This record gives sequence, C-alpha cells and structure tokens, in this order.
Amino acid sequence: MNEVEVALHEVAHARAGDKGNRSNISVIPYRPEAFPHLAAQVTEARVLALLAHKGATACRRYLLPNLPAMNFVIDDALEGGVNFSLCLDGHGKSLSFLVLGDIRVRVPADCIGAARR
Amino acid sequence: MSRAYIGCGAGFSGDRYDAAVPVVATLATLPGERFLIYEVLAERTLAIAQKLRREDPQQGYSPFLDAYLALVLAECHRHGIRIVTNMGAANPLGAARRVQALARELGVSGLKVAAVTGDDLLATMSEAEIREQPLIEGLEPGDRPIVAANAYLGAQPVAQALATGAHVVLVGRTTDAALSLGPLLHVHGWGADALDLLAQGTACGHLLECGAQVTGAYFADPGFKDVDDLANVGFPIAEVGADGDLVITKAAHTGGLVNRATVIEQLLYEVHDPYNYLTPDVTLDLGEVCVDEIGPHRVRVSGARGKPPPDTLKATVCIDAGWLGEGEISYAGPNALPRARLAASVVRERCRHLGIREPVRVEVLGTQAIFDSNAQQRHAQVAFPADGEYRVRAAVRSPRREVAQRVADEVLSLYCSGPAGGAGVRQHVTAQVSTASILVDRAHAQPRVTVMEAP
Repeated sequence: MNEVEVALHEVAHARAGDKGNRSNISVIPYRPEAFPHLAAQVTEARVLALLAHKGATACRRYLLPNLPAMNFVIDDALEGGVNFSLCLDGHGKSLSFLVLGDIRVRVPADCIGAARR
Repeated sequence: MSRAYIGCGAGFSGDRYDAAVPVVATLATLPGERFLIYEVLAERTLAIAQKLRREDPQQGYSPFLDAYLALVLAECHRHGIRIVTNMGAANPLGAARRVQALARELGVSGLKVAAVTGDDLLATMSEAEIREQPLIEGLEPGDRPIVAANAYLGAQPVAQALATGAHVVLVGRTTDAALSLGPLLHVHGWGADALDLLAQGTACGHLLECGAQVTGAYFADPGFKDVDDLANVGFPIAEVGADGDLVITKAAHTGGLVNRATVIEQLLYEVHDPYNYLTPDVTLDLGEVCVDEIGPHRVRVSGARGKPPPDTLKATVCIDAGWLGEGEISYAGPNALPRARLAASVVRERCRHLGIREPVRVEVLGTQAIFDSNAQQRHAQVAFPADGEYRVRAAVRSPRREVAQRVADEVLSLYCSGPAGGAGVRQHVTAQVSTASILVDRAHAQPRVTVMEAP
C-alpha cells in the first residue's frame, strides 16, 4: 500500500474542551486501521510544540485502543483560559482544528477517510 | 426488562428554547418512565445568578426558565414526563415557586415541584474557610471578593427529589451527569456499591449533558463529517435498562446524526484522564468502553467501569474579575491586509501613548489570529493575501472599567482617524467573573429536598 503524507484532518476528527487553563483535545481516526499510525506519530511532544506559543508547559496523551481514540491533556495551553485570556477563543474550542491542520502524518492511503452519514 | 428514557432539552444556557419540543413528542410515544433534562448552568452562569439573587432574593434562578418550560410543561405533565434541570441556579426554591406560578398561568393543575438545595457553600462556610481549601484549578482567590462558592452535588439528592413524586425537580450546582444519573437511581434502584451501573449511568449523563453535541451538532465538517438537516438537529434521547444497557438515539422527525463518531467525540469531551473521570457518585473508567451502531441513529455504549468516588467534593469559587474591553473594525477589498495591519499598529501606539499598563492584544482576524498568542509568534510564520476581508480586534482586561472602555474607544476612533475604508466598528465592554476549583469535605454540602405542591 502506498504511503501518503497528509494533514491529520484527512485521517481523523477531533474535539477540544477546557477546564481552567488546561485544554483537552481528542483525536479520533475515521478508520480504526489508522490508529497505530497515529499513535506512533501524533506524540505528546508534537502537540506540546504546537501550543508552545500559547504558553503550554506539559502534554499528557491517553490512548484508548478500544474505541479507538486518543485524548491529549495540555497544561497552560489557553493563555490563562476563559477567565484571563485576551484571545477571542478563551476556551480554546478552535484548537482541535489547529491540531488537525498543522500536524501532518504519513499513513497508508486506505487510512484516509470520512465519517459515514 | 424495564427501561428508562431520558431526553435532553438544552446543553447550555442559551441553547435553543424549542429543541425540547420534538424530544417531548418522542418521549410521549414511549412506554415506561420518561424524563426530560435541561443543563443550563455553566460556572459563570451561576456567578451571574448569585449576583441577581443578592439584588432581589426572589431572583437568581435561570432567566430562561420561562422560555424553556412554557413550551413543554403542559405536554410533559399530560404524558407523565418528569423534568429534571439545574435552572434552579443560585435559587432553586425561587425557581420552584416560579414553576408553580407558570403552571397556573398555563392551566396545568396538580403539579408537584421539588427543589434541591445545599450546594451553596457560602451558607455553610465562612469566606476565610473557603479561601483555605485546596485549589485544583485556576488562581488563588486572594483577597478579592467571592461572588459565589458552590459544591457539585451528586445524583442522590436528585433521586430523593424524584422519590417524593415530584413532576419537576430544580437543582442548583450538581454534576451535569447527575441530571441523568439521578433519574436512573430512582427508576432502577441502583445502590452506591453498584459501581459499574453507576459508571454506565454517568456515561449516559455525560453523553446527554451537552444536548445536540452528541447528535451531529458541534461535529459537522462538510465533506468530512456531513450531517443532514443541521438546522433541524434533533436533541438526544437515551434508553437505559436496569442492567445498564445504554442506547443513544435522538428525537423522531428531526435532522442531525447519531453514529459512532458523534458519540465518541462527545464521550471524550472535557474529559482529562479517561481511565479516572471523577464524579461525586463514581470514578468513571472509559478504558473498556465499546461504541456500536445498532440501527439508524442508534448507538449502544457498553463497558463503562466504575471505581469508588473520591472522598472530597469539587466546588467552584467565583470571584469578581474586573472588565473586558473589546473593539473591532473591518477592512475589505484591494490591499485590505496592509490597511488592517496599519490600523492595528495605530491602536497599539495609541495605547502606549495613553499610558495603558495592562497588556492590550491587537490582532487581525482572518490571519488565523484565533490560534495565535498575545505575542503573535505564529502570525509571522504564515502568509496571507493582501486583498480580501480582514477585521482588526483589540482587547484588554482591567480592574477599571474606564480602561476597558478606552481601548474599545480607540478602535472606534479609527473611523475618522485610521487607514482608508475602515468599517463596521463594534465595541463590547463586559463585567468579568473568574472561577477557581477547590476541594471540600463532603460535610460542607448538606443536600435538602423541599417539595412544593400546587396550591
């Protein structure tokens, strides 16, 4: 199978939430066969680096192979969070699409997918 | 085997007033025990409610109570659908009185309403004691005035309120999941040691508590995640058996989508460690959860595991946090981006000139500013076309209202004193409340159920 390099958005979907100054971002592959490739490439270090400019200090990744899905918890990712941030998006709700757009992965072409209606 | 049916009518304060109407119509066709829940109480919403109650002791419940309940109260009562909601906010007793008055106005007779109180820590602890509790999130309250401090109650008080036969149960601060788990404890008689059942019930509550976020809303991404008829999105209904069997579906004859993807996104929403999600009723472990499509818009969720709950309760402390001032102005057409950037630099220079000491964020919307930081490190790395449509935004936080207003006014002044073609100024100056989370001993929260019969 040909490997392709694509934005994570071609392979997975995501949702971001907040508690205080901590963000959580789930990353869920459209096709289960993509999961091992994402687990190998979408690392804590890459997600932390993506949010370093916001002041993020630590990133913890939880793997849920049963679903499959992964959940990132990033400390100090929200410039103080909705209480203190001057960002239009104090909750960091849009950050799921920062992860989907800026992180690129190499996957077999049949890992690219979309949700069924 | 008996099943309980729980529909959700709202997932936040400001959600659609009429979303519950198709939910009620669907619940009315189902057998057995049926409930309609509304989750409308964010941390900040409660602080605002507490302020309103201080100004008028009759107020302090959800200002949207009438808008939501007037549409469904008569239908729910006719079909025996019971309502559980945190519209009680800072004043569940006031909310209960208002529901009784609303019932009279609607010609609904024989309504029994219950209020759950006991989450308000300002009633059981001094401000000094509250400041001494261990902080788990947010900044130390310091010496700033505490506006509200509320512990998260669990599902037991909701179940006790339902056991009185109440048709409507009004709570203040409880966990959002308790709005669903309470009815399940009441119907199925699950005990405090039935941890896996409590875990399934908590997963159910977590999936319902944000309304349409589990039925295709906050999900749609055209071409990738297509959702039919989003404008008519159906709100969720959960079917829960006594053995914990859990199926998520949605109101009949509505748009939206329930599939594995919508359910998994919501399952992890605002969860940190998915192996240890703490609630006052149970510690939820999602590690072995299975999510299976069993029919059109029908998804079974199984395998949630429970561990004992923590000894302490989480509580939210709300503190006055000054003012947020914002101003925005647009530039469109040829060379719009350089004009917008010039406008941003004018506002920055003016704020410096005026001696504003607070950090002022001035950014150009349309350049992925929402992903950027105050220092705009990201901005420099990405190129955008000069022509197009861009919007300049300035924002400041200050303890002083006049500083917040002044920054907003600097954007307004760009109409006549800024670059060519500035248009569409909007300004917002809003009072801010900040929140912190603390842990308190369970003894500080003493839940109490008060029943109000129709006169």
